[in-house]
Amino acid sequence: MKSFIIKRLLLLIPIFFGVSIICFLLLYMIPGDPAKIIAGEGATKEDIESIRITFGLDKPIYVQYFSFIKGIFTGELRSIRSGEAIMKEIGPRYVGTIQLALASIIVSSTLGILLGVLAAVYKNSWIDNLAMAFALLGASTPVFWLGLILILIFAVYLKVLPSGGREGFKSIILPALTLGLPSSAIVARLTRASMLDTLSQDYVRTAYAYGIPKRKVIFTYALKNALIPVVTVIGLQFGFLLSGAVLTESVFGWPGVGRYIVDAVFSRDYVVIEVGILITAMTFVLVNTAVDLLYAVLDPRLRKG
Amino acid sequence: MASKEKKEKNLGRYSTFSVVLRRIRKNKGGVIGLFIVLFYIIVSIFGPMLSPYDPNESNFDESLIPPSKQHWFGTDLHGRDVLSRVIVGARTSFTISISAVAIAVFIGILLGSISGYVGGWIDELIMRFLDIFMAFPEILLAIAIVAILGPGKINIVIAIAVFSFPSFARITRATVMSVKNNEYVEAAKAIGESSWSILTRYILPNALSPVIVQATLRMGTAILTISSLGFLGLGVKAPEAEWGTDLALARSYLEFAPWLSIFPGIAIVFVVLGFNFFGDALNDALNPRLKDR
Repeated sequence: MKSFIIKRLLLLIPIFFGVSIICFLLLYMIPGDPAKIIAGEGATKEDIESIRITFGLDKPIYVQYFSFIKGIFTGELRSIRSGEAIMKEIGPRYVGTIQLALASIIVSSTLGILLGVLAAVYKNSWIDNLAMAFALLGASTPVFWLGLILILIFAVYLKVLPSGGREGFKSIILPALTLGLPSSAIVARLTRASMLDTLSQDYVRTAYAYGIPKRKVIFTYALKNALIPVVTVIGLQFGFLLSGAVLTESVFGWPGVGRYIVDAVFSRDYVVIEVGILITAMTFVLVNTAVDLLYAVLDPRLRKG
Repeated sequence: MASKEKKEKNLGRYSTFSVVLRRIRKNKGGVIGLFIVLFYIIVSIFGPMLSPYDPNESNFDESLIPPSKQHWFGTDLHGRDVLSRVIVGARTSFTISISAVAIAVFIGILLGSISGYVGGWIDELIMRFLDIFMAFPEILLAIAIVAILGPGKINIVIAIAVFSFPSFARITRATVMSVKNNEYVEAAKAIGESSWSILTRYILPNALSPVIVQATLRMGTAILTISSLGFLGLGVKAPEAEWGTDLALARSYLEFAPWLSIFPGIAIVFVVLGFNFFGDALNDALNPRLKDR
């Protein structure tokens, strides 16, 4: 177990370097002179040269890479456009994105598990069909469009929820539903499969044979084991949520990292793009690692692998 | 044993294609999916002939007309017919998604075969390389690539191919590894077949069905990504009709002209649902564990 954890954690180091190198190289993959690109159109020769020196673009590439990494950990990297420290700007937005992702996970896991269990218990009935139709529909709906439709229903027609912004509890409901519903579809499908598998096992049959009430067998005996793979999927959904957050934040004007990156794309603020993507990708990697470790704790058979 | 042989013989009378088709026909979702996919392909090919109006023709006298007999899906701010834009938009998403998935399949099979067949440190290197790509949430990687290369069809194709190829590489590698030590492969080696011929004639055909299933499902993801990039303003250039780009414009008129937001979205859901239904049915039909039942 110990060696599994250490191995898994050590793997984070090469991934961090790989991901950070790719993010760092983004600027260099743009055809043309990076200093010219940062300076933008209509910049004079002197402007370009001063940018080359301020951003250290005259130094060898590996020196630039290490000062990029150093800049991330010391928080010294600055936005090209606003001149502010990126870490300072990204901090509150990061909290915003994590808040949104957590709220969506609550939506997707409660709804997904509920639907999945219902579908499995009433297998092949209309409940099952309805739940699975919902699941396929959820997996096929673009997050941003769902956001538009929810705004149309709840903000424009019913006028019960705000269509955007971040003020109070009410403002997170629609973004969380937008992001959580498609992901609940995936959770529901997996819960159903896992629950069907568990319900067909001998110990469940034995429990029934002992005369234990159905509800208790399902919720106390079967669900506990059926949820082990579901936990992993909920964790892996985090990546989907971080992806979807970019879109959800844009639809609802939610101040998060995703919107920060998209805004930076339009203002050609490449340093912000690099750092924003690096931070999001590393969050994704860390959560996946945590899920892997949690899975090993829940299912001892996997620890050797 | 005897009955099994008989069964195999019976199956042998049909080509794999017709066996798969027969299995899909028994699956309601699969049939629906197949029809949606075919419908989408037909509309993509013949779109400009089917659309009632020119999708790019502005007519400010007919700006923001709700759905009516003349304009089934209404008109947008420029007075362009929404139905025509939805029809022609199918071609945009189809050409981009099919090209991206084809490139991803090609690169994925190439890397996956090398990784699985050669093994050793080369395998390790390729797998770590894939790990790094898989560390990025998909849409974020696409945004990064489009941010560097700029919007435009070819760049979107590259962006989608880049985040899609690792899944094909992994599937191919897994198949290659599982069959490369089989006796028939050993036999081929013993009679002096070249590595290339062993790989392409004896090993890779085994990867065909999982790759096809994955490609079908990836088409759905690609279509969603194209529209997402379009919605963020990073998609194809205006005035070309694309569902996501049109939805981004529609958002400002949500209150006065909800039809602008409804129809292109339904088109996306419809098509992606088709690919998901069809992909699921294909998976069931091609899954060798179910074949003997």
